[in-house]
Amino acid sequence: MDFNLMIEIAPLLVQAAWVTVDISARALFFGFFIASALVVLRTSRIRPVRWLSRAYISVVRGTPYFVQLLLIFYGGPAIGLRLDPFTCGVVVGAFNIGAYMSEAIRGAIESVDSGQNEASRSLGFGRLTTLQYIILPQAAGLMIRSVGVLAIILVKNSSLVSIISVVELTYQAQRLIGSTYKPLEVFTLSALMYIVIIYAVMGIVEFLYRRATRYTFL
Amino acid sequence: MTQTTETPMVELKGVKKRFGDLEVLKGIDLRVDRGRIISIIGPSGSGKSTLLRSVNNLEVIDEGQILLDGVQVNRPDLKGLAFEKHINHIRQNMGMVFQHFNLFPHLSTLENVTLAPRKLKGVSTSIARELGMELLERVGLADKAQVYPSALSGGQKQRVAIARALAMQPKVMLFDEATSALDPELVEEVNRVMKGLAEEHMTMLIVTHEMAFARDVSDWAMFMDGGVVVEANTPEHLFSHPDQERTQHFLRKHLGTQG
Repeated sequence: MDFNLMIEIAPLLVQAAWVTVDISARALFFGFFIASALVVLRTSRIRPVRWLSRAYISVVRGTPYFVQLLLIFYGGPAIGLRLDPFTCGVVVGAFNIGAYMSEAIRGAIESVDSGQNEASRSLGFGRLTTLQYIILPQAAGLMIRSVGVLAIILVKNSSLVSIISVVELTYQAQRLIGSTYKPLEVFTLSALMYIVIIYAVMGIVEFLYRRATRYTFL
Repeated sequence: MTQTTETPMVELKGVKKRFGDLEVLKGIDLRVDRGRIISIIGPSGSGKSTLLRSVNNLEVIDEGQILLDGVQVNRPDLKGLAFEKHINHIRQNMGMVFQHFNLFPHLSTLENVTLAPRKLKGVSTSIARELGMELLERVGLADKAQVYPSALSGGQKQRVAIARALAMQPKVMLFDEATSALDPELVEEVNRVMKGLAEEHMTMLIVTHEMAFARDVSDWAMFMDGGVVVEANTPEHLFSHPDQERTQHFLRKHLGTQG
């Protein structure tokens, strides 16, 4: 192992790692809104809306992320959808993770005991206020860990946007190998950086989980 | 029960309810006057819980009328948001206590009690807090105000649930087997709170398996079986010399095991 080389290229990889974090964080942020919208649309009174949102989730879950990325980036311009690589990575990441996250959120909401809903309604709370004050605060604790797992998948999947030449961690690593011919050193270092990012995500998730469920520990 | 000309607090007229092909309420009539306490007893599956839940529309009845203080609760003519608004308003006047307490686990004991008055009646935090502490005092749990439900015993949880229902200053309290899920030694503390309410002339509808308690606390007792009211009378009469064979049979079985 050429440790000197690793120290030398570290700053370049750290810079690229930041792009990985940036693209993943944005995708997660927008993905959360997409997921929330899907949860609402799936319970819509209008049948085609329900049907469309379910179809969307099925398509996203039934196709590889890699293919979705290629389709939007290379196929998009044919229908007037021209996105720069970074934006494309965020958009596809958000729509992809949003579909999975909507299932996680729905599952969490459904697993809150039905007695909670009844107790709240019997006090005079409406459907929405029950969701706001009673169901969601409890569902939050139940969904945080599964959303955390999705966030980790998102970070790992972000390596695939290298194919549309976003200069994130994996793309940068490949570039450095082109100039140094040291794949072992470069990939080891980039793998370590993924580990750091993912452990940071896990730490944040655990912190949020404890906060959201602290009432069960007190 | 003596009929008065006063508007009854709760009134049921020909209430019918089906679950699929199964008719669980086959035309129930009931009148609860202000300050009265009615106990409903009967075997499981008799429809007594469904009846109670129908009163605040947790179960939607198929036929008949339910009135709270002269206002119709079920309104087949109202749809969607209009009905939602109507029923939310009606429910604020009815307190309901459940078998499994259904306390909000993410809120402290005090917050459980104050949430509804704060959010639904716009009571200020400080006044809600005062009211909440008063109610917790009344159920003997003022010292548990800051504790979360997970740290309470079953009996304590149920007392908080009663305080939570009382916080909206309801006109009537509905108890759906409030002590059935409790260990025997915890039943008494909940019964004591309910007796306290009885002494203050709260109108109450109580579905229960506690025959001794029903006899002791209520003004009127109803025996239900198979979706109908088999017999209704003063508790002395109903529990001591029931007229109907089915009531006798049920009570023999129950009093035999419960004393």
